[in-house]
Amino acid sequence: MTAIETKDLTYLYSQGTPFEKAAVDGVSVSIEEGDFVGVIGHTGSGKSTFIQHLNGLLRPTSGQVLLYGKDIWEEPKKIREVRFQVGLVFQYPEYQLFEETVERDIAFGPSNMGLSPGEIRDRVREAAGFVGLSPDTMQKSPFELSGGQKRRVAIAGVLAMRPRVLILDEPTAGLDPKGRDQIFHEIAQYHSKTGSTILLVSHSMEDVAKYAKHVLVINDARKIAFGTVDEVFSHTGELVEMGLAVPQITKIFAQLRARGFELSPHVYTVEAARRELLRVLGKGGAQDA
Amino acid sequence: MLKDITIGQYFPGQSAVHRLDPRMKIILTMLYIVALFVADNFQGLLLSAVFAAAGYLISGIPLSLIRKSMKPVIPIIVFTAVLNMLFVEGREIFRLGFLKITLEGVVLAVLMVTRIICLIAGSSLLTYTTSPIALTDAIEQLLVPLKRLKMPVHELAMMMTIALRFIPTLIEETDKIMSAQKARGADMESGGIMRRAKALIPILIPLFVSSFRRADELALAMECRCYHGDEGRTRMKQLCYAPRDFMALGMLAVLLVLVLLFNRIFPSMY
Amino acid sequence: MDAIISAKDLVFSYPGDARLALDHVSLTVGKGDLVAVLGHNGSGKSTLAKHFNAILLPQGGVCYVDGINTADEDRLLELRSRAGMVFQNPDNQIVATIVEEDVAFGLENIGVPPDEIRIRVDEALTDVGMYEYRLHAPHQLSGGQKQRVAIAGIIAMMPKLIILDEPTAMLDPRGRAEVLETVIKLNREFGVTVLLITHFMDEAAACRRVVVMDDGKILLDAPPKEVFSHVSLLKQVGLDVPQATEIIHELRRSGINLPDDIITDEECVEALSSLLASSGKGGGWA
Repeated sequence: MTAIETKDLTYLYSQGTPFEKAAVDGVSVSIEEGDFVGVIGHTGSGKSTFIQHLNGLLRPTSGQVLLYGKDIWEEPKKIREVRFQVGLVFQYPEYQLFEETVERDIAFGPSNMGLSPGEIRDRVREAAGFVGLSPDTMQKSPFELSGGQKRRVAIAGVLAMRPRVLILDEPTAGLDPKGRDQIFHEIAQYHSKTGSTILLVSHSMEDVAKYAKHVLVINDARKIAFGTVDEVFSHTGELVEMGLAVPQITKIFAQLRARGFELSPHVYTVEAARRELLRVLGKGGAQDA
Repeated sequence: MLKDITIGQYFPGQSAVHRLDPRMKIILTMLYIVALFVADNFQGLLLSAVFAAAGYLISGIPLSLIRKSMKPVIPIIVFTAVLNMLFVEGREIFRLGFLKITLEGVVLAVLMVTRIICLIAGSSLLTYTTSPIALTDAIEQLLVPLKRLKMPVHELAMMMTIALRFIPTLIEETDKIMSAQKARGADMESGGIMRRAKALIPILIPLFVSSFRRADELALAMECRCYHGDEGRTRMKQLCYAPRDFMALGMLAVLLVLVLLFNRIFPSMY
Repeated sequence: MDAIISAKDLVFSYPGDARLALDHVSLTVGKGDLVAVLGHNGSGKSTLAKHFNAILLPQGGVCYVDGINTADEDRLLELRSRAGMVFQNPDNQIVATIVEEDVAFGLENIGVPPDEIRIRVDEALTDVGMYEYRLHAPHQLSGGQKQRVAIAGIIAMMPKLIILDEPTAMLDPRGRAEVLETVIKLNREFGVTVLLITHFMDEAAACRRVVVMDDGKILLDAPPKEVFSHVSLLKQVGLDVPQATEIIHELRRSGINLPDDIITDEECVEALSSLLASSGKGGGWA
């Protein structure tokens, strides 16, 4: 089942003036329910503008956004309901916290949905669990927490709406390696537990390669590619030309292949590289001790 | 979205008006306002209006912009005009029930409105041709004598500069916070006044918190760059008066003299 | 002594925090050094950096920067004109409404004559590659550009030491590359002593010396090649190693004989080429 789809989505700035510019130019993509899609593109490519169309924060100049087959702008007055189904976590989301306690901040989304207090409590607890927030942090003021904790609270605030589609814009920006691993781990768990559709906007191709099933490449407001990780990342040269940082290990393997060694072009992680190299060496290699 | 708000509406340019020392421009504007209020007849006001129009012509700022700056003041203009038309004694020209409009009233209304328009036009010319930074520098320099009265002139100027520097950044941040809260279903459009005011809390609190943090970090960065107040501080950009500044001053002096002269020669409008 | 930084046995803990943020840390940095201080959040790296321009004062031990005791209040301004700091948030260190005025800020504070300020500002902006943006407003710049303006503001003061506290943490890859390039150039071409606080190992790999911190202590202090050979230790303290290093490490763990000091892509390609070629796995030129 197609969860979310865009048809020829276009967004123009300064329309009608000589400065008219397309931030998103005719992007058509169809994402299946339960998919984990990495969205990659250089800064200014339009990917942030694009994702803000998916939850109705921005209205397309032309083209459509379809959520489970229905045009989200069919009833413009009900656009808020779309935002409960398509959750969007912005970059540095900890800057949006405002409530007196962590519990109340996470509850903001669900209360806007008009749910009963019991239902809200359940959702808050569930969301806090997903991001690894301990029960004793719930009554603290969000402003007392560390940066990483605050970010968890912000993400939980979106998860509490139980969106069927979850979009995360660089959820690990500014975090150290340990923090990054933790957040990704939690997202992957959320994905497998709930079966929701995930879109992850990231600059780190390593992370996309590790967690995503499909990749959407956006460059200069246009969709360049949408395919499996293997399909997209094997075009190393083109990706590098677009200013995207291909995983180091993929570049190393590309150079080795250029020297004539027969290695798989689908290696994006160190683990995969190790297996591939051992496989190649294991056959008749005199080096293994 | 919110980024389209331009503060001060400065239009960069190279005209003679643009290149006047900003301190002189402030002084000229103040003298112009004096002239406007001293003039008590049609001829004096007409002369002042022509003077302002000349300023716009030289600076290359389109006169149509005056209409834009008038918008917020229209209620005052209408109010003044109506007051004058209805409550000035003289030769009646129109009557509606107990409301009467006099000829003198109409004349006075026209002159009052002209004065207000010139006032707005003249002071707008200042902000159209002078960048906010230049204005801040000019105000700081002009207020220097007040330092002797223990007024924190430098600190005030620093506050103004930092405020100007961060306005676009804060607008951008407000935009982001609004988007983030809308993404969680915040509704900022519907409801009565109370409801809409409450809907501002998720925007204002994060904004305030982040602004305090910014201020903290900025202060630390400033101290690490050896900021220690005004003492011993030099300025890279120095304001210097040039001959054209004194010429402009002279022209405004001539305007004032003529206005006073016209007051003598021509009958007062009062 | 040619030491720019001479810190001995520094002890520091934040108010209300029982544990030691700095646990008897000693560090010496010589003139012209390009040193990275690597560690996860909470390792004490930023706390250490803040001792070198007297944002924090040691509760134990002593710290000398360019011969000045950081605890000497009377010489605070002098210290800060010799040890400049670039912070993490690009926006919250730019004071003025246009770029060149911000670069002039530090010089104005120390009372440099106006003509000289002009010259030094122009030079600094050229050195970081931002001269053509000198009349821009800060909000028109990208993160990487803002950080370069901040760097210009510091080098205009001609300090002996520049401390950069996680300058690229909030930047995108392009911005990070711009800043790293600028910093390396300043050290290489102008001999500026640089202390780069970071958790990005590719930045550490570009420096001449890497100091690894964890739990308020210095674990390692050696050139990058040596530091990155301790792959397991680095992972234990929550740090990454370059993928080039990691793959070699993994193969060595499987018993394959490879050099243990590989940190760059090129070195990795060379080593793997030789390995594959010598095991008869084809390949034209090894």
